[in-house]
Amino acid sequence: MTVRLTIDGRQVEAQEGEDLLTACTNAGVEVPHFCWHRAMGSIGACRLCAVKVRRHEADPGTIEMACMIPVADGQHIDIADPEAAAFRGHVIEWLMRNHPHDCAVCEEGGDCRLQDMTIASGHHLRRAGPDKRIHRNQYLGPLITHEMNRCIACYRCTRFYRGVAGGRDLDVFGAHDRVYFGRAEDGVLESPFAGNLAEICPTGVFNDRGWSKVYARPWDMLETPSVCPHCAVGCNIGLSVRANRLRRVISRSHPAINADFLCDRGRYGPLFIEGPSALKAARHHGHAVPLRTALDQAQEAIAVSAALGGAIGIGSPRASLEANYALRRLVGPEHFFAGLDAAEVALHRRLAAHLANASIASLADIAAADAILVLGEDLTGTAPMAALAVRQASRAAERALAAEKHVPAFLDNAVRVAGEGRRAPLVLVTPVPDALDAIATHPLRRAPADIAGFGHAIAAALAGKRADPDASAAAAALAAASAPVIIAGAGLGDPAVLDAAAAIATALNPRARLALFPAEANSLGLALLGGEGLEAAADVPGRGAVVVLENDLHSRCDPATIARLFADRAVIALDCVETATTAIAHTVVPVASFADAAGTCINHEGRAQRTIAARPDSAPAAWRVLAAFGGGAEAGLDDLQVALARDCPQFAAIAAAAPAASYRTPSGRIARAPARFSGRTASDSAGGDAAPPRDPDSPFSWTMEGGALPAELFQGVRILAAAALPPPAQAPAIGGAGLILIPLHDPFSVSETDRASTILAARAPGPQLRLHPADAARLKLAEGAIVSVEGRTVPLVLDKHIPIGHAGLTTRRTTPRRLMPEGSK
Amino acid sequence: MSGWLVILASAVLIAGLLVAAGVFTWVERRLLGFLQERLGPNRVGPFGFLQWVADTVKLLTKEDAPPEGADVIAFRLAPALAALPILAGFGVVAFGDGLAIAPLDMGVVFATAMLALTVYALVLGAWASRNRYALLGGLRAAAQMIAYEAFLGLSLMGVVLIAGSFAMADIVAAQKGAWFILVQPLGAVLFFIASLAAAHRLPFDLQESETDLVAGFMTEYSGMSFALFFLGEYVAILLVSALAVTLFLGGWLGPWLPGPVWFGLKVGAVALLFIWVRAALPRPRYDQLIAFAWKLALPLALLNLLLTGWVVVA
Amino acid sequence: MIGTLKSLWAVGLKLFAPTQTQGYPEVKPALAPRYRGRIILSRDPDGQERCVACNLCAVVCPVDCIEVVKAETVEGRWYPETFRINFARCIFCGLCEEACPTAAIQLTPDFELADYARSSLVYDKPDLLIAGKGKYPGYRYWDVAGKTAPPNTDPKDLAP
Repeated sequence: MTVRLTIDGRQVEAQEGEDLLTACTNAGVEVPHFCWHRAMGSIGACRLCAVKVRRHEADPGTIEMACMIPVADGQHIDIADPEAAAFRGHVIEWLMRNHPHDCAVCEEGGDCRLQDMTIASGHHLRRAGPDKRIHRNQYLGPLITHEMNRCIACYRCTRFYRGVAGGRDLDVFGAHDRVYFGRAEDGVLESPFAGNLAEICPTGVFNDRGWSKVYARPWDMLETPSVCPHCAVGCNIGLSVRANRLRRVISRSHPAINADFLCDRGRYGPLFIEGPSALKAARHHGHAVPLRTALDQAQEAIAVSAALGGAIGIGSPRASLEANYALRRLVGPEHFFAGLDAAEVALHRRLAAHLANASIASLADIAAADAILVLGEDLTGTAPMAALAVRQASRAAERALAAEKHVPAFLDNAVRVAGEGRRAPLVLVTPVPDALDAIATHPLRRAPADIAGFGHAIAAALAGKRADPDASAAAAALAAASAPVIIAGAGLGDPAVLDAAAAIATALNPRARLALFPAEANSLGLALLGGEGLEAAADVPGRGAVVVLENDLHSRCDPATIARLFADRAVIALDCVETATTAIAHTVVPVASFADAAGTCINHEGRAQRTIAARPDSAPAAWRVLAAFGGGAEAGLDDLQVALARDCPQFAAIAAAAPAASYRTPSGRIARAPARFSGRTASDSAGGDAAPPRDPDSPFSWTMEGGALPAELFQGVRILAAAALPPPAQAPAIGGAGLILIPLHDPFSVSETDRASTILAARAPGPQLRLHPADAARLKLAEGAIVSVEGRTVPLVLDKHIPIGHAGLTTRRTTPRRLMPEGSK
Repeated sequence: MSGWLVILASAVLIAGLLVAAGVFTWVERRLLGFLQERLGPNRVGPFGFLQWVADTVKLLTKEDAPPEGADVIAFRLAPALAALPILAGFGVVAFGDGLAIAPLDMGVVFATAMLALTVYALVLGAWASRNRYALLGGLRAAAQMIAYEAFLGLSLMGVVLIAGSFAMADIVAAQKGAWFILVQPLGAVLFFIASLAAAHRLPFDLQESETDLVAGFMTEYSGMSFALFFLGEYVAILLVSALAVTLFLGGWLGPWLPGPVWFGLKVGAVALLFIWVRAALPRPRYDQLIAFAWKLALPLALLNLLLTGWVVVA
Repeated sequence: MIGTLKSLWAVGLKLFAPTQTQGYPEVKPALAPRYRGRIILSRDPDGQERCVACNLCAVVCPVDCIEVVKAETVEGRWYPETFRINFARCIFCGLCEEACPTAAIQLTPDFELADYARSSLVYDKPDLLIAGKGKYPGYRYWDVAGKTAPPNTDPKDLAP
């Protein structure tokens, strides 16, 4: 129901049940505030949103906190009221009483709410002396800085860290004017969402440590919208660049994906392009050569391949759709392979087919669900932002109970108290304990091979058949929900789990939505493009060159397959980081990373999203290089997408993911640089400088010339069309001896690009092998031993939660298989 | 005079005039400086005397390129036409008793005709530059020349009437009793005003007024072409000064000193008056300039001529 | 008419007035200490460089001729890794000095900056940093930033 308000004399409409601050914000009127956050509701801590509220026209009115007052019909809200403005000025002065005068050495400066609000309130002379309340700061790990003296006690940090992200180790201590936000003692913040503290803190208490090391003021950086390449969620990010260096990554709001936050892998992972193992120089037979030479050598090797049975192309779920397509066009569809082992290819094809026929859940849908089933997926490791969405969904029951007690939904703390800690049904079926166990109503453990069976049991129970009690309970919880979401993914490598999840979703039709998480950023795009597994590539006869596109094959299949594939062939590797594959390739061509090239990735919901080049000077885009190898004359991304849509009609819609390069705002191109970009002429010697470069693949300018980013045009487009479902997958037969693999997923590090980010590598615990003590004893291995498994050496951790006969291994290749751990010297 | 002697004398005269014009720029800048409580150029040579040499060298070495789309032939021809007629005009000037290269009977008419010809250079240069400022300057130059040439000629007719001759030498000789400035004060004032306009000097330099037209007809000119226009202007000042001296200030006549010296001193004094006027008076609006010529100066010149004719005939 | 003659007379009289020109470079001008000439970077009373690389001078510069790159010492004190001023672009407006919270950047009464090469007008930190305190002898930003505890503080008071 809508109510009518008058805000500063303007008539607006608001939804009943909203607070005044939300109503004003939705009406486009800014009310000063610190503690209110649209994702975290109201708490009334900062007292800055004071406004004059009149119940009717003639009411003299009272000063109220806009975030704590519900809207009511006929209210008059005067934000500019002199009394309210004076009140807010006093609040600012109190806050500034203890806030240090150190904006000059604060990373937040220039993008600081407190700075803005102080200036807006007109407080520019201090009446208090220089002595301040002083705190000791803490070391909070490699990702986040801590400067407690700047705190204004808005509680946003703990409300996010504990209330939203479910962390336990950040809290508030002390009383009255000495409240302290930090850990009980120095130490690394445990949550994989800690990086968000830098963004939500309205002043400079928490800041991005990586940015601080290569600092540039916010007004000095080129801002380019991009898409996170570190998992299949495809969160929208903003890349900030100065002097051709990526300085920081910030979250860019997408209503269906990451509305406000970002996981640490997404925030610090993209910095791999500035890491020491970023691939910068071309090589030929181990010698550094100019890029032109490497390109010529590669082109010649591909040209002579025609007489040797043709060149082979190995695609990649890390590379953009356009790069994979350009490779496929270069070598021909029959010589294009997916760059995964056959099992993973089949898995993702099945995943794509299920998604095409399902009602797909976006992260927003997950967060709005009232019952969730997670089937076999370690969401915190494989798709951290999906785990964050699940955490929000689990509060649905709490909100419902609070609503029954007539507690307004916007009063965050009151809702938590009134909700009595109730949790929405969350059925969590995993082989090992999960980070979401604490909020799960049904935390269930099953061996990897039994998870699909359990899923089918739930489907059977939903159909009214008898099932085991756990499955029946889960089925009952899901059946009672009005918007259940079924979540599974590629994390276990088992296609049967996907079938089971799809079966449950079908049984719950039409209320249920299905979310299936592929392994990587463009796994779905690669599955839709086609291409068989690496085993088939190794079987191709002939001696033509093999072109490996942005892929470390050593993490994809066993070494014997790689040896067979590379035997007697010229190996050309195109990549943006050094990997084991570039180390053995004959010709290594550096190509642009996701941050340096325009391209398209398909995320878990089948949404095609566009990345845009963020640095003006970088290696050429892989698709540009590959198109040139084949004599393609595409001048830009838009032309290549036309060819892609012609050859692969399933991608016809991707051009709508973002505006074409010819798009213009009313002020021309879209400006990457803010209007107050500084230092432009510091090295200039009048007239000798070249014109700024042009971006042929996007409507962005590299300068401050142009209009603002039309965010609504950069939200991607869903491209999945209904498709025929392949016959049900056979349960993978895992022959041989040894322990059955349970893939472990590290929220901080999965792929070679994650590891290439220095700052993320400093946070990630590193790969490990986890065994049940009984198995370890049988293998004569002790806790902490360095163990050799699949050619890798990893430390052993004893964990009684690992089922006997299984081994948990941090691995990227999830194909079900057996491991033979051996003690290493 | 024999042909060779005429050529030799002309060469000497032209060289002398070029040097005089150069020196005059230095004099002007120093005098303007003092009139504005400054020093003016004082660095090159003693008292900055060689400034004009340095400026000439600078102008000679500067790039001189026609702008894109210009009519190149006309663009090159215009600066040459700027100084040439003025130098020709000096051919009839009597520097002393019998000291003239070409003592024409129609000397005064010839000199004023030559003065009027410079407007062709201005209009040509303005047209050839393909620049709207230049073209506006050229238009102003043409209109101004028509307006002021009319009463320039009429203002000196009184003198001609009294002297009964157009020849320079005769006019000077007619002033043995009294300089014509005493007999024809109105004519002298009108002539002086008209000669400011004929020489395109401030306050009547609207064809190149930098405040609204950048540099008017000269906007696109640089280097030696610019220098030629510049030279034309300064030689024109000397010519109108010489005419003023001849017509109203007794020419070479004077006690003790030789005639040419008197002539030179008088010309110099009139030229200094030009500088003084430049330093003191603001530029009028264009419509004021033209209205003054047609509505005030021309009737006054006619009246002067009428009165003079009546006196002479009566 | 009368006005014209009056102005001729008034201007003519100036011929006999003394000239205002000063004979630079033979006669050096006497400039005020606050004259806005060549820019320097000064040091704290304890000898450390004052600049904290806050970039306010760079952002206030109307011709964008200042570039500052921040670095951090092990103690966490910010300092400029690069401090570059392009005097070929500088208009000596003094806004950088006004913006500077640490009194590091100061304009001096030295205007003799002419050079034959534009590149030698690009001054880097070694060219800018002086040994002294400049115009503000006692000022130390870190004493007034409000981040250091008074000397007699009980360390327990600083704990959470």
